[in-house]
Amino acid sequence: MSTQLMLSLISGIFISGIAAYLGTLMLSKKMTIVAGPLAHLAFPGVALALVFGFNISIGVFPFVIVGAILIWYLEKKTKLPLENLSAIIFASGVGIGLLFLPIDKAEEALVGSIVSITPVETFLAIVLSVLVFFVTRYIYKKVILINIHEGLAKIEGINVDIYSLIYLLSIAIVVALSVYLVGALITAALIAIPPASAKSISNSFRSYKILAVLFGIMSAVLGIFISKIFGLPTGPVVVLVGVVIFLFSIIFKKSS
Amino acid sequence: MLLKVEKLNIALGGNQIIKNLSFSVEKGEILTILGPNGSGKSVLVKTLLGLIPYEGKITWGEEIKIGYLPQGLSQLKMQESPLTVWEFFDLKSSSPSLQDVKHFLGLVGLESSILSQVAGTLSGGQFQRVLLAWVLISHPNVIFLDEPTTGVDIAGGKTIYSLLYDIKKKENITVFLITHDLNIVYKHSTNVLCLSRQGYTCFGKPKQILNKKKLEQIFGMEVKYYKH
Repeated sequence: MSTQLMLSLISGIFISGIAAYLGTLMLSKKMTIVAGPLAHLAFPGVALALVFGFNISIGVFPFVIVGAILIWYLEKKTKLPLENLSAIIFASGVGIGLLFLPIDKAEEALVGSIVSITPVETFLAIVLSVLVFFVTRYIYKKVILINIHEGLAKIEGINVDIYSLIYLLSIAIVVALSVYLVGALITAALIAIPPASAKSISNSFRSYKILAVLFGIMSAVLGIFISKIFGLPTGPVVVLVGVVIFLFSIIFKKSS
Repeated sequence: MLLKVEKLNIALGGNQIIKNLSFSVEKGEILTILGPNGSGKSVLVKTLLGLIPYEGKITWGEEIKIGYLPQGLSQLKMQESPLTVWEFFDLKSSSPSLQDVKHFLGLVGLESSILSQVAGTLSGGQFQRVLLAWVLISHPNVIFLDEPTTGVDIAGGKTIYSLLYDIKKKENITVFLITHDLNIVYKHSTNVLCLSRQGYTCFGKPKQILNKKKLEQIFGMEVKYYKH
């Protein structure tokens, strides 16, 4: 196995695992849709990076994180639904991106660049995934309770604003990482599909989380191998493997 | 004295919801907050809980521990995730022990086998009982019940209210009931606080409040109600 393939696999496993884990939390707040618009905020970052010739990740992270903070702030200020705010953020991201993005060089941003990931980037992906994992584990129960009922959470002594912000920042980091793996267009798939597959066949929250992470990692590993063997772009194949697992989960649910 | 409210004013988005309201509650009482939809009952409760800004004075007694069963905490919401009953209890900040959870489930008449069931699949009555146990397990001495599915029979002719009343006899808790169901008011409450959409308020014993004239002022139309 080549070193490049090893790096792709390792970063793929970490990124898809954490995306699925965080996705289980987002699915229960009907928030997986937010990941898509956030990912599109990567466009302006990618555009700047390509125009000025620096590493794409340096461009992507600030934009996505500022986007998350903006969504958090606007939700607090305007009380508009998250879906609506996400649509606004989405449009701004794509709009600004298209102004500057050299379209002929945009493939990396669209379908991901995991096949050419460097050792430093792999290391960063691992560190950030592990960091987000521990943060998510810490806020998990509290966010679930906030999702069920904000007032109830407040009576339990939970600071809803702070936890919502930490939650959105975690989403932002995972989204930025996912842009590497599958590209900005289909990032939401990493976050939305594995939990959806796991949910239909789980009988507790515990099994739901474990299965989601398992399905996420399976999609990444199988996707990377299949795309390598058949010479296909990696991002779309990873997502399609996820979709196939989802279809199996529906069939399995029906037959059980 | 458990709670004293003086000249309370609450405005939300430019609308005056509660105007110049004063009342008080003693330990161990049951206060019913009565009024039609949109009269500001839930807003008042959230204000008393410290979730909404206000003008005026709200004074709580010492060593108050509040339990809250909010409005709209429906099973539908629980179906969004495959949370078991045990996992639902585990969400509490106090992380209750399994033994404690079993004890409180017993108190509301549930078997501990329900712990492994997914909360979203319970019957309406079972779910109400689980919620009550969830609130009681923190040992609150004040409980707010914001319109839990009014009058739903949760087994053997018992409603969530009569069950709570049984528990209240054993433990000296103060209860705030928020409802638009007149039948509940008459049965158990010490005092009734009424709110109307027109800003009319009244406070007193159920017998003083529940007459035709007052009820029309509260609900703004002819009302049918049955004396118990």
